[in-house]
Amino acid sequence: MTTPVLDVQGLAFAYPDGHQALFGVDLHVHRGERVALLGPNGAGKTTLVLHLNGILAAGRGSVAVSGLPVAKEHLQEIRRRVGIVFQDPDDQLFLGTVRQDVAFGPANLGLRGAALDKRVMESLERVGMADFVDRPPHHLSYGQRRRVAVATVLAMEPEILVLDEPSSNLDPASRRELADILRSLDVTVLMVTHDLPYALELCPRSVVLSEGVVVADRSTFDVLTDDDLMAAHRLELPWGFDPRRIGSLPG
Amino acid sequence: MGAGHGHRLHFHGHSPVHRAPAHLKVLALLGFMLVVVATPRQAYAVFALEAAVLLGIVALSRVPLRYLLPRMVVEVPFAVFAVLMPFIAHGPHTEVLGVSVSEPGLVAGTALLVKGSIGVLASLTLAATTEPQDLLRGLQRLRAPDLVVQIMGFMIRYLDVVTAELGRMMTALRSRGCDPRSPRHWPVLARSLGALFIRSYERGERVHLAMLSRGYDGRLPRTDQP
Repeated sequence: MTTPVLDVQGLAFAYPDGHQALFGVDLHVHRGERVALLGPNGAGKTTLVLHLNGILAAGRGSVAVSGLPVAKEHLQEIRRRVGIVFQDPDDQLFLGTVRQDVAFGPANLGLRGAALDKRVMESLERVGMADFVDRPPHHLSYGQRRRVAVATVLAMEPEILVLDEPSSNLDPASRRELADILRSLDVTVLMVTHDLPYALELCPRSVVLSEGVVVADRSTFDVLTDDDLMAAHRLELPWGFDPRRIGSLPG
Repeated sequence: MGAGHGHRLHFHGHSPVHRAPAHLKVLALLGFMLVVVATPRQAYAVFALEAAVLLGIVALSRVPLRYLLPRMVVEVPFAVFAVLMPFIAHGPHTEVLGVSVSEPGLVAGTALLVKGSIGVLASLTLAATTEPQDLLRGLQRLRAPDLVVQIMGFMIRYLDVVTAELGRMMTALRSRGCDPRSPRHWPVLARSLGALFIRSYERGERVHLAMLSRGYDGRLPRTDQP
């Protein structure tokens, strides 16, 4: 098999206050996959995500991105390869205009001038926000800001896009638009979410993290229809939603 | 949040004052203010001239005074102090409208009020005719320390976010029967301001995390393409 884009082996981590968040996590994501990372609050999902680009350093175990281990000496390259879209777009968009914000990442990678401008416009076009390039982010709607946040990461041409709760606080139309955008992108995606129908819609495969360990790694349909697994790990489908009654599934 | 244009202090327009390069406007404001501050207290003719120059620029910028004057309320605390000065200062007293006031206090208060008003109006004119982003770029061109410009940029960016957050907290307080205006509830208000500070601090940490994730290394890269 080819080198996985994301290769997490036996990852364990405890916070400085002694709270152990991860107890040996194994996770492989291959090129072109869209994988959902599910789990109850406090399962360690965010902690895991912060290991993927070296914000947190593994206590034990290893993380590698396309064969490159996450370590201090190539953090810059790791952070280019792993694009994280954080939950609150206001945390991600911190500059005065959409253009500056999208340019921030690639400019840190050394891109300048026309090449930088081209990269910015291409990324914004991929999320349908090219018309807003000179607007201040705080004048955009929440859904628009979420899309720009995705563009800021796409502009770095990551090998894997990691989304933290991409559908939170979005109205149904924005939620659907974002799904269309994510489907249209030709990148590997790891999506942390509580929105199980969204996971089913977008990700053929799901990984369930609970109390710091991976408890399931199967097709999303199998996970969502395994009532015992779901109940054991505080996962619940919205009322009235039954994956078995959906005719056609992606993947 | 609506999709309005520019900042609350900015008045959209295309006058020569709007189009002038931001760094020149900053320098002009700075020079003008130094002159105003250095003007002797009782040189009323000079004050009149300075006010005339300023009003001329305001007229040229076509920003209506109706827009600028209400925004001058920021000056009120200083104005109160200036008005009090003739009553609390020492020295020979004189009669004005039948009230005994201190003469040096009167002179100092008037000068403070005039200088303050000219300064506030001049600053408001700069704010009304310059987009915050242009102002930052102007400061950058003037070689202002990079860190200071960065901090100002973040302040402009997050002022609305934090204000909106404060607004939501106040609404939540009111919904539970607390009146933030009543002194009886000031302890609650103080605690929620503390909470706001903590939240903003934590947001700062999250923003920093998001910046690191995109390769931030302590310097903002130049991204202002035309």
